[in-house]
Amino acid sequence: MKWSEFFVTGEPLIYAADVAIVLTMVGIVFVLTYFKKWKWLWNEWLTTVDHKKIGVMYIICAVLMLFRGGVDALLMRAQLTAPNMKFLDAQHYNEIFTTHGTIMILFMAMPFIIGLMNIVVPLQIGARDVAFPYLNALSFWLFFFGALLFNISFVIGGSPDAGWTAYFPLAGNEFSHGVGNNYYAVALQISGIGTLMTGINFLVTILKMRAPGMTLMRMPMFTWTILITCVLIIFAFPVLTVALALMTFDRLFDTQFFTMANGGMSMLWANLFWIWGHPEVYIVILPAFGIFSEVVSTFAGKRLFGYKAMVGSIVGIAFLSFIVWVHHFFTMGAGPAVNSAFSITTMAIAIPTGVKIFNWLFTLRKGKIRFTTAMLWSLAFIPNFVIGGVTGVMLAMAAADYQYHNSYFLIAHFHYVLIAGTVFACFAGLHYWYPKMFGHILNERLGKWTFWLFMIGFNICFFPMYFLGLMGMTRRMYTYSDGLGWTPLNVVATVGAVLMGIGFIVLCYNIYYSARYGERDMTGDPWNGRTLEWATASPPVHYNFPVTPVVEDLDAYWVMKKKYGGFHVKEEDLKPIHMPSNSGRPFWMSVAFFVAGFGLVFKWFALAIVGALFIVLGLILRSFEDDDGYYIPVDEIKRMERAARKGA
Amino acid sequence: MGANGHHESFPWKHIIGFLLSLVLTFAALWVALSSGLPLKAVIVIIVLFAIIQASLQLFMFMHVNESDSGKVQTFNMVYSFFIAVVVVAGSIWVMQFVL
Repeated sequence: MKWSEFFVTGEPLIYAADVAIVLTMVGIVFVLTYFKKWKWLWNEWLTTVDHKKIGVMYIICAVLMLFRGGVDALLMRAQLTAPNMKFLDAQHYNEIFTTHGTIMILFMAMPFIIGLMNIVVPLQIGARDVAFPYLNALSFWLFFFGALLFNISFVIGGSPDAGWTAYFPLAGNEFSHGVGNNYYAVALQISGIGTLMTGINFLVTILKMRAPGMTLMRMPMFTWTILITCVLIIFAFPVLTVALALMTFDRLFDTQFFTMANGGMSMLWANLFWIWGHPEVYIVILPAFGIFSEVVSTFAGKRLFGYKAMVGSIVGIAFLSFIVWVHHFFTMGAGPAVNSAFSITTMAIAIPTGVKIFNWLFTLRKGKIRFTTAMLWSLAFIPNFVIGGVTGVMLAMAAADYQYHNSYFLIAHFHYVLIAGTVFACFAGLHYWYPKMFGHILNERLGKWTFWLFMIGFNICFFPMYFLGLMGMTRRMYTYSDGLGWTPLNVVATVGAVLMGIGFIVLCYNIYYSARYGERDMTGDPWNGRTLEWATASPPVHYNFPVTPVVEDLDAYWVMKKKYGGFHVKEEDLKPIHMPSNSGRPFWMSVAFFVAGFGLVFKWFALAIVGALFIVLGLILRSFEDDDGYYIPVDEIKRMERAARKGA
Repeated sequence: MGANGHHESFPWKHIIGFLLSLVLTFAALWVALSSGLPLKAVIVIIVLFAIIQASLQLFMFMHVNESDSGKVQTFNMVYSFFIAVVVVAGSIWVMQFVL
């Protein structure tokens, strides 16, 4: 292979990206060296098993990926603004919509949600860490290096270009020759393993590590949604694992699982992909429902309305999410019996979702509503998500779907549910829990600017797409001819996308501004919260709770505040705290995964084998490891508690 | 019953489980070798016997519902079974038109 094939060449945009990447790396290395921070980076972050730090790293990655996916989106909007644009060619456009979709779902929405759940869930259930802290670190680093592998594709070797669904036969060797789709198969596999581990880890954590008195029906709603999300992850992700493995065999070793020739079955890929893919969209939306429940309840100053109905509807949604997958390919031709059955199950999902919407509305009723930024995102979620949901029911009607299928109507629909659902929730959760992560509050004034810019921009961008779809504009077309009447609405959509971009820039500035000038949170409870995470200092000491809290009812901290005036710790109750040790192995094992994956992408099998050997070595070392963690002595706890409460 | 087990009484459960397992195994053997039933019937019957025996062992020997997490374990297995049926039978049904 020549260097000119190894590196992507011929595009000014790519050369600019090359320069930017090199400069960024040089900059990072320089800053770390100049401020002598390498050791700090290794000891405090790369080897950490602390769920809060892992959560922060997830969120940092998610925001970076939001930037990457957002730039992809803006490039697409630029290309589609006017008819017959020459800004991107067809191939480049294919690559960009593929990476946009894959990154936004798997490397932005997923880690953002997983980051928030890492930070919040152990605190909400009164635990000191997750059930398997070492595994948690491994989960993060596998996600990180999976995402890295996927992201380097656009400068090294070429990006995948068969859509985020990577449908066969297009994604197979018969039609896609480069290494792009190898990246898709291998990078998703690596980060998928990490996600599966996270699912197992949090399921066990929630079932086994709740504070005394916290029965299942006293768990905060966010924890409930995470519990169910973990069940979805555990049952859905193995399907993706298998499908990607078959895809990898097809692409690397010329097996014929999904090919056109030799008895392969290309449609089986679509079937397997969506058996995973539909639960996947609930994996990113259920935690969003949990975040909105917490925020709405806190800022309405009321207990969540219809708690039991909420739990029931989450379980119902989770159950239904496994039996609707065919609605993604009604037009494949499975016949009226199959289509009708899946049409009905799909429409049925609207029922538990509707129950939840009414529960939020009734929680707001007669509440003393505080319009904080987090609350604004949650309030905006309700009408916007309903628009997405109702158009979803339209798409669910199989006969009508033959008209809507793969048109911009569909594009508008799923952006209305994923952005108004998941992305709004991520921003709401970020503002709400930011003091728990960093000890200071994200500036509310700037936060509201972000909210209005992004929310209005979102509607300007995606609402016209419903009509573009009905006018016949189809998904994934890289340009269109003049005279179709699509131009005005496309211009409007691009304006909206730019507004969203500005909103994102304001958010980034807010993060910088708040770090420098933001209001410190000395109380640990800046929002007058209801659940246990607000009983800790902001940010919490690394062992979270000096003594394990006892839960008496739903909204545990609210009850404590009403009954005892807060969560009080007597110094004589302190006992030595058992904590897990840091480990560098999850990091270097994930590097080995990355090396092995890179070898597989380019079919450099010697390199892949070297990487695989290091993975096995890591497993062996872990198996024979004799490290049961360490104890923090009582004096040390006393010192740390005083320091944390003073806000030092 | 505690996690470490008490030995105060005779292990009736194990004996019954063991005997039933033996009966089911030999019954399956007989059905397959000398019952003279058509092949399809044989397969259906021995699969049923296998499922009964597997659940018998889970409850009699492996005490799946007796630990603190008994409910969770039972739910987990039932749900896994449901998902397996949905994925396999569902895929076959959906893909019938190309098979």
